Amino acid sequence: MTALASRHRAFALTASLLTLTLAVTACGSSSKKTRSTGPECAAYTQYGDLSGKTVKVFTGIVTPEDALLKKTWVPFEHCTGATIKGTFDKSFETQVLVQAKAGNPPDIAIVPQPGLLQQLVATGKAVPASAETTAMVDKNFSTDWKAYGSVNGTFYAPPQNASMKSLVWYSPKEFKDKGYTVPTTLDELITLSDKIAATGKKPWCAGIGSGEATGWPITDWMEDMMLRLWGPDEYDKWVQHKIAFNSPEPTAALDEVGKFLKNSKYVNGGLGNVKSIATTAFQDGGLPILKGNCSFHRQASFYAANWPAGTTVSPDGDVFAFYLPGKTAADKPVLGGGEFMLGFRDAPEVHAFQTFVASGEWATLAAQGGGGRAVSANKAADVSKCTCSEIDKLAFQVLQDPKAIFRFDGSDAMPAAVGSNSFWKQTTSWITGQSTKTTVDKIEASWPKG
Amino acid sequence: MTSSEKFTSMLEAIGLFVAIVGLIVLVASRFGGRRGDRVVAGVFLLPTVVLVLVGLVYPALRTIYYSFYDAAGSHYAGLDNYKTIFTSSDQITVLRNTVLWVVITPFVATAIGLLYAILVDKAKVEALAKAFIFLPMAISFVGASIIWKFIYEYRPDQPGVKQIGLLNQVLVWLGGSPHQWLINSPWNSLFLVVVMIWIQAGFAMTVLSAAIKAIPEDIVEAARLDGVKAWGMFRFVTVPSIRPALIVVLTTIGIGTLKVFDIVRTMTGGQFDTSVVANEFYAQSFRSNNQGLGAALAVLLFLLVVPIVLYNVRQLRRSETR
Repeated sequence: MTALASRHRAFALTASLLTLTLAVTACGSSSKKTRSTGPECAAYTQYGDLSGKTVKVFTGIVTPEDALLKKTWVPFEHCTGATIKGTFDKSFETQVLVQAKAGNPPDIAIVPQPGLLQQLVATGKAVPASAETTAMVDKNFSTDWKAYGSVNGTFYAPPQNASMKSLVWYSPKEFKDKGYTVPTTLDELITLSDKIAATGKKPWCAGIGSGEATGWPITDWMEDMMLRLWGPDEYDKWVQHKIAFNSPEPTAALDEVGKFLKNSKYVNGGLGNVKSIATTAFQDGGLPILKGNCSFHRQASFYAANWPAGTTVSPDGDVFAFYLPGKTAADKPVLGGGEFMLGFRDAPEVHAFQTFVASGEWATLAAQGGGGRAVSANKAADVSKCTCSEIDKLAFQVLQDPKAIFRFDGSDAMPAAVGSNSFWKQTTSWITGQSTKTTVDKIEASWPKG
Repeated sequence: MTSSEKFTSMLEAIGLFVAIVGLIVLVASRFGGRRGDRVVAGVFLLPTVVLVLVGLVYPALRTIYYSFYDAAGSHYAGLDNYKTIFTSSDQITVLRNTVLWVVITPFVATAIGLLYAILVDKAKVEALAKAFIFLPMAISFVGASIIWKFIYEYRPDQPGVKQIGLLNQVLVWLGGSPHQWLINSPWNSLFLVVVMIWIQAGFAMTVLSAAIKAIPEDIVEAARLDGVKAWGMFRFVTVPSIRPALIVVLTTIGIGTLKVFDIVRTMTGGQFDTSVVANEFYAQSFRSNNQGLGAALAVLLFLLVVPIVLYNVRQLRRSETR
C-alpha cells in the first residue's frame, strides 16, 4: 500500500511540476511583434517589414553567453517586427546533424567548425546565402572568412564571432624594467629568448596536461609554426592531407616548435625540465610569469581567465599578450576559431537575419555587449565602442587587420583519429623524448585510409 | 526540445511503464492453479528476458558485428581490427599494460588483504585496524585517482618552488630530488596499479577475514596439539580452509582489474603509454571515431573476462554445495 501511495504522490508531484512549467512557458512567449520605424531603425530599413515572421536559431552557445547573444538580436526584432527564437543546447553539435538528416533542421544553425558546416551542407538541406548576405560579407570580411563559410565554391554561411589563438603572454613590467621590446618577427622572438636565456632565466613556460586531451596545446603551436614557415596554402594542404603528415614541411614545423619547447635552455621556466611540460596542466602553464620565473607563454586569448584574481591584464599591467609574430613583420597569419550562421530555410526573414549578423551594426552591438561574445573579424565593427577587455581589443585589432591571414585550428578539421587522438598522443610522447621523425611518422600512419 | 515537450515525453514514458506493468499483472492474475503458476512465472519473467535481450544480447551481437567493420562501420573489414590490436605498436603497449595490471593487482591485493586479515585477527583494535584498510573501498575510483594524483604530483627542484606531492616531498626530505612518477613507461603503469591495490586490498581483507573466522576451532586446536607452528598453521590449515574464498577474491579483483578504466583515464588519460584495453576501447570509439577498432577491443575484453567469470561462478557454486 505504501508503494502505491508514494506512486500517487510522485504522480501528483510530476503533474504539478508540469502545470508550473507550462504556465512559465506561457508567460515567456510574447505576443506578436510589430515593426518600429523610429530613427534608431534607419540602418534596418533594408531588411523590410518582417512583422509576424519567426526565425528559429539553434546554437551550442549556453549560459552566460546566450544572454549576450540574445541582446544583440533585440534591435533587429524591434525594427523589423520579426521574432528570433533561440534554442541554446550544449549537445548542439550532435543534435543538429541528426535534425538535418531527419529533415527537421532549424532555420539557422550557428556552426562553430568548418568540418561540421561541410557535413551539414552535405545533407542537402542547407540553403546558400542570398545575394544581399553575400554582398554584406564581401564588404565586411576577408576572403579567408568567406571561404570558411563556403562549401565547394558556393557561399552559405556568414561569420559571426571570432577568437584568436596566436598570442604570447608576457609581463609588461619585466619588459619595461629590462628594456625589452615586443618582437615583430619570429627571429626577433628567438633573439630575445636567447638574450633572456643568457641571463640564466628560462624564458619560456608551457603545460600541455589536459587529461585524455593532453597534448592539444602542441597542436596549436605546430599549426602556428606551419602557417609561419610555409604560409596558408601549404597549411591548408597539410590540414586536408594533400601532403603527408611526415612530409618535409610539417616535419620542419614541428622542429621549429622544438626550438622552443624541447630546448632545455628555454624551458620550462618555473616548472622543471622539458618533460615537465607533459605533466603540467595547461591552465598552470603560464602562471610562472607572475612570479618572474618565466617570460613567455604561448596560449589563446581565453587564457586571460586563467590568471588568479587580482591580476591586471593590460598593456601596462601584470600580464599581457603580444601577437605571435610571423616570419617578417608584414606576415600576419592568425590562428583562431569562429562561428558561422548556416541557413536551412529559403525565406526572406532568414536571409535578412543572416545579412544582419554579417553587418557592422551587429558586430558593434556584440562588441558593446562585451564578455565572450565581443570579438569578431568584422571590419565594420566599431572597436572603440567595445566594452571588452584589453586582450579582446588586441584580438579584435589583429583579426580586423587587412593584412591578417586567418586560418582555423587545423587539428579540429582533421579526422578525429588524428585531430583528437594521435596528434595529441604522439606530440606528448615527443615532449617526453620521442624524435620528431618517429612522431610525424606515427601520426601519418594513424591517418584513416580511404 | 522545450521543457514542456520534455515533460510531456517524460509523462508518456511513465504512462507507458505503468500501462505495461498493469497489463502484465492483469494477464498474470487471469491464470490460476498449478499450471497457472508456470504461466504466471513466465509472464513475470518475460519483461526481464526482453530487457536482457534488448539491453545486453542485442548490443553484444551488434558490437561483435561492428568489430568486423571499418572505422565508420560501413565497409566489411574482415579481421583487420583484430590484426591491428595484435600488430600495431600502440595497441601492443595497451595489451602489455593490461597484462601487467591483471598479473599484479589480484595477487598483490589478495596477499596484502590476507596478511592483514591474519595479523589483525583477534587483535584488540581489530575493528579499528580493519576500518583503516577498508576505508579506500568507500572511495570511488575517480576520487581515489585524484588523491593519488596529488601524491605523485611533481614540482621542479628549484628555489622558491615547493613540492605539493606527498611522495616527492618525502623524497626531498630524505635528501633526494623530486621525480616525475607518471611519465616513464612501464613503471608509470605500476604506479597506477598501486592505486587499484590500495582500493582492493580492503575488499580482500574483509572477505578473507570472515573466511578465517569461519575456520572451525577444533581444526585449529588439533593442529596446535600436533605441534604446528605459525607458518605451518598458515600453510596447512588457514589457506586450505579458506581456499574457496581466496579464489572468489582473486577472480573478482581480476575481473575488476581487466575492466579498469577510471584510474587510467583520471590519472594519465592513457598518455605516456599507460592505456589499457577498456580505456583504449573508449578512446577509439568515442574520441577517434573508430567504431570498428573500438568494437574489436570491447569484444577482446569480453573474451578475456568470460573465462574468469565462468571459473568464479563454478567456484561459488562448489563452495555453496559444500
